[in-house]
Amino acid sequence: MQQLLFAIATMAAGVLACAAYFFGTNWILDKLFPSKGLTGPLASRNLRITNAIRPWLFLGPALFSLTIYLIYPVIASVWLSLHDRAGENFVGLNNFIWMFNDGEFRQSIYNNFLWLLVVPAAATFFGLIIAALTDRIWWGNIAKTLIFMPMAISFVGASVIWKFIYDYRAEGTEQIGILNAIVVYFGGSPEAWVTLPFWNNFFLMVILIWIQTGFAMVILSAALRGIPEETIEAAVIDGANGLQIFFKIMIPQMWGTIAVVWTTITILVLKVFDIVLAMTNGQWQSQVLANLMFDWMFRGGGDFGRGAAIAVIIMVLVIPIMVWNIRNAAKEMEGH
Amino acid sequence: MIASSRSPLVWVVHISVILLVVLWTLPTAGLLISSLRDKDQLAVSGWWTALSTSSQNLTGRAASPESQVERDGKFVIAGNLLEGGNSKVSAFGFRPLQPTAFPAGTPADIGDGQTLTVKDDGSYEIVSPTRMEGARGQRIFYTAAIPPRFTFDNYREVMRAEGIGASFINSLTVAIPATIIPILVAAFAAYALAWMKFPGRAILIAVVVGLLVVPLQMSLIPLLKLYNGVGAFLGVPAKTYVGIWLAHMGFGLPLAIYLLRNYMAGLPREIMESARVDGASDFDIFIKIILPLSFPALASFSIFQFLWTWNDLLVAMVFLGTGNNELVLTGRLVNLLGSRGGNWEILTASAFVTIIVPLIVFFTLQRYLVRGLLAGSVKGG
Repeated sequence: MQQLLFAIATMAAGVLACAAYFFGTNWILDKLFPSKGLTGPLASRNLRITNAIRPWLFLGPALFSLTIYLIYPVIASVWLSLHDRAGENFVGLNNFIWMFNDGEFRQSIYNNFLWLLVVPAAATFFGLIIAALTDRIWWGNIAKTLIFMPMAISFVGASVIWKFIYDYRAEGTEQIGILNAIVVYFGGSPEAWVTLPFWNNFFLMVILIWIQTGFAMVILSAALRGIPEETIEAAVIDGANGLQIFFKIMIPQMWGTIAVVWTTITILVLKVFDIVLAMTNGQWQSQVLANLMFDWMFRGGGDFGRGAAIAVIIMVLVIPIMVWNIRNAAKEMEGH
Repeated sequence: MIASSRSPLVWVVHISVILLVVLWTLPTAGLLISSLRDKDQLAVSGWWTALSTSSQNLTGRAASPESQVERDGKFVIAGNLLEGGNSKVSAFGFRPLQPTAFPAGTPADIGDGQTLTVKDDGSYEIVSPTRMEGARGQRIFYTAAIPPRFTFDNYREVMRAEGIGASFINSLTVAIPATIIPILVAAFAAYALAWMKFPGRAILIAVVVGLLVVPLQMSLIPLLKLYNGVGAFLGVPAKTYVGIWLAHMGFGLPLAIYLLRNYMAGLPREIMESARVDGASDFDIFIKIILPLSFPALASFSIFQFLWTWNDLLVAMVFLGTGNNELVLTGRLVNLLGSRGGNWEILTASAFVTIIVPLIVFFTLQRYLVRGLLAGSVKGG
């Protein structure tokens, strides 16, 4: 309780400090270079100066935290990846050479590519199907809310939910995990699903697909609504059936949105960490890059060089999407 | 639209949506139901059988021979294995290897001329022709059919004994300031990027869009070093709440600025022009006009940031300690997965406590969440 009060007090102090900063700096700026009540060249000179300075006052705190928390670390991570475990001695590309010879790293890269192939595709696919189906029924919104719900659940919470589903009891005893219960019901024998090498990757992926389908569905559903009625009516008049309309009219018009959904989920997949940590912690050949990186950060007192090198690999994989995003944003800015 | 004119197709649509909804809600439903079940029942039967009577193999012990009474020249020990409740015994036995050798109600010969009878209501009777010796009662194995029982015991247990209650407070301590503090900072920056003219604006926007996707992993090690350095320099612990609030603010800012800038850029230019003609400065315009108008975008961002900070595990593991007064819910849950892996009554109840707050936020403020999602990603395409 006490710490919650402390948190609220700090929060109030933080907000007040921010407000004081913005009010204060703007007040000082207006005092130093007054333009109200003045006329002539002095007023316009002062106005020019305040207009040049004020944006930077507005941006100041944001730029400061972005620099400390995101821009500096990116540069420092690259620098650290070229140094030894404590970050003191330059070792060139040794960390990267070690990495590509390390079986666990290769396993992680391989698994990450599996994740990248399956999760964005499956989540987008299910999202699209559900968006299209719920668009035409009266209780579509209720259905959408329920499917969207896992989005609010933490990865760890979702992992517990699914670990319960995959729960394994020895053959012959009653299964309390629903998956094994179904398998047994149909005459199969129960399996400890998350310990099956290779296949366990897919059992973990299901969790992320379960969470992300709602996201894909919400965005694709809005895109579906955005398709002009006239094009669909025209297709109906030409005698197209439901499936033809979906595949030949709707999908082509939504390619842009599908790409956005796909890339957003792709980035999430590259960063997936909680699910693997909670379900297997990389055992049974289910390691992924983000978890491996976290592991090296603390393993044996922490190897910052190797950890940073793995982080750099994740960053490199993200860069193409980053460039694509920036291009799109720039294109849109021109229209604005 | 086109399909609705053909009835069989409509049915296919309805049924497939029902199937999908069931598939997506069943996992959470299973968790909720399990967390409310009696822990002995939870351990032996699936949650989908929660409403039916479950049968359990149990062990009991009869009262000690000291309590025997003499009746009609025989010595009798009597009592009840089931303490109240509506349970029913179906079979019993007295050897561990044959726990269900005798159906309820039939007398079992346990040697020395003694007989044991357990009736289906759980009452037992040991009858002996001679006085019984010893201090310990006879062990009785029995199978009981136990009616479904729902209870909040699991929740009581985890809130106190497992430290979920303390972690709940810790999570709130992390999430609330980490949600509120960035808003003002981001709003000012977003206004500058949306409506003020200065050199380098386009580049800054591009930088923000780029930073949106920078993996958190890149920041962890340098910031950990930085925090350790600052902590040592100032003589304070490196892992503090202030540290994690600032970290969450830094990581949340790109999205906040991006969302708010897009929203503010869409506000009508005329409002600002007319205010400027009236002599209002940028600062006045921002405080009096833009900020109130941007409420929906601010709400969207707050929800995102709250869900993200509440659900976060990685940042908390790196920048916050693991003491009882610092471990957040997600971290505690991961620990429990390790230490209490088989105790599903603890795991399900704990997991439900961790997801209940986000679920409430989700169901009450879904509108803003959807709006934020649409603004945050569709614009990019």
